[in-house]
Amino acid sequence: MNLEVIKPGLLTTVQDLGRWGWQRYGIVVGGALDPWAARVANVLVGNPENAAVLEIAQSGPDVRFEEDVLVAWCGADYPVLVEGRPVPGDRAVRVAAGETLSFGFVRRGLRAWLAIAGGIEVPLVLDSRSTYRRAGLGGHEGRILAAGDRLPLGKPARWAAKLLDQLRGRGERNVSWTVHPGGLGNPPTPPLVRAVRGPEWDWFSADAQRRFFTSEWRITKDADRMGARLAGPVLDLKEPREMISSAVNAGIVQVPAGGEPIVLLASRQSVGGYPRIAAVATVDLGRFAQLREGDPIRFQEISLLAAHHLHLVRERHLGMVRAGLVR
Amino acid sequence: MRMRIYPLGDATLIVEVGDRIDEGTHERVQQALRALEAARLPGVLDLVPTFTSVAVYYNPAVLLAAGASAGAEFEWLESRVRQVPALGGSRLRPSPSRRTVEIPVCYGGEFGPDLAMVAERVKRKPEEVVKLHHQASYIVFQIGFAPGFPYLGGLPSVLNLPRRPEPRVQVVPGSVGIAGGQSCVYPLATPGGWHLIGRTPLRLFRPAQTPPTLLSVGDRVKFRPVTAEEFARLQEAP
Repeated sequence: MNLEVIKPGLLTTVQDLGRWGWQRYGIVVGGALDPWAARVANVLVGNPENAAVLEIAQSGPDVRFEEDVLVAWCGADYPVLVEGRPVPGDRAVRVAAGETLSFGFVRRGLRAWLAIAGGIEVPLVLDSRSTYRRAGLGGHEGRILAAGDRLPLGKPARWAAKLLDQLRGRGERNVSWTVHPGGLGNPPTPPLVRAVRGPEWDWFSADAQRRFFTSEWRITKDADRMGARLAGPVLDLKEPREMISSAVNAGIVQVPAGGEPIVLLASRQSVGGYPRIAAVATVDLGRFAQLREGDPIRFQEISLLAAHHLHLVRERHLGMVRAGLVR
Repeated sequence: MRMRIYPLGDATLIVEVGDRIDEGTHERVQQALRALEAARLPGVLDLVPTFTSVAVYYNPAVLLAAGASAGAEFEWLESRVRQVPALGGSRLRPSPSRRTVEIPVCYGGEFGPDLAMVAERVKRKPEEVVKLHHQASYIVFQIGFAPGFPYLGGLPSVLNLPRRPEPRVQVVPGSVGIAGGQSCVYPLATPGGWHLIGRTPLRLFRPAQTPPTLLSVGDRVKFRPVTAEEFARLQEAP
């Protein structure tokens, strides 16, 4: 059973939750830029959370399936059509064999994640199905999708197969219930991003420390899956200091000599050599998947304890959603 | 230096065992890495050795399930890390014998476009720079930047130069560089700021193999000068 790409969209790739365990060889983790959204989409169609999904950016793909399938997408607001009729996101949707699922051009935000019951079963490369473009591996032939590509799909969970039967029997396109990934623990104000202090916080001048958490920052054109450079006030060190390069992670805010911070994202390198002023809380990482050039953001300081608390509350919500769905 | 443990964001813990790039620090990093690997702590996603530390990537939610109390996840993990036997002990466990990897290099000319400039800046003849570079013995202190890109400690100090002010937009894969007191080899066509003095026909990134790279952290590296003819003979299919 295959998914067929009719129109590829701008930057559509296969992603899972990343290529963990190989950073010591310089292999980037990568994976869905908003792992949370990918996980929720997977849960909605009964998949394991790490099942491979399509990451869609700005202009989405048109795809078709050889058999009836259950799909769900989360993330940015796309005008999604099945056979020309609008269909809502954040829920399980039935697409019949031969019908076209079409994403169009994004209305708000930037990226979305499309899960298909059974998951996309491209081969595992170094334990992951994520596309690693720079090295040309993983995903579908290590690249963004092109028209005519055919991606193998796995076997849906029994729960998903049953739900698909029910929808088919009732002649319905989608289930009526929904989850709002944005409502599961995310802060209400989109431009606010919570962050903890980074290891080199004390290296920065008092002005820089204050500016970081009080200024409005703007996303520059240098924003991709590796990271987002921000424009705003210069963040200077108390005194010039060379740093020995060290580990980084998604969400780390590093400040090169020019003083403009860079927020590292999923496809960051495994090590970095710039002072790290802050680190975005895991729960707010997905915000950066939706921002583009010129968009404003602000950082709000929280404690490590608070960051862990937010993380756990959100995990519990997803756990409850999952338990409620499969019951 | 005393061992230091600190958070890097809400999902990484750093075990720092030194504050300089040298072989002694590297040994302690390797020791801490082996100890942490053997401990198999719950919730740990990845362990990454760098010049002076080991990064422990973790999932906070799993720590709770493993017995951490809510509100003290980091402290719980930190205390578990501190209890790891031989983590930073004063007595170093004998390290497993190092593997030595020989890397053939064709120096200068089109293979090493910066050799003449480097020779001029360190006030030596190009042949002397080549000799200094290939007679030294190197250790892979860290891999990063690109898949399989080694940071090699052991460069003779006379060859210590800062990086190029403007990095090259694209470097030929296999290029051997020096900068910042270290040597490196570029596995892929990436941007690059090191001075290129030669090129190896070997592939450093081998995604179909386990491990997926020619070199691993801790390997000893020897460079062997080869002619352009031998370079062509040794060239591996991409």
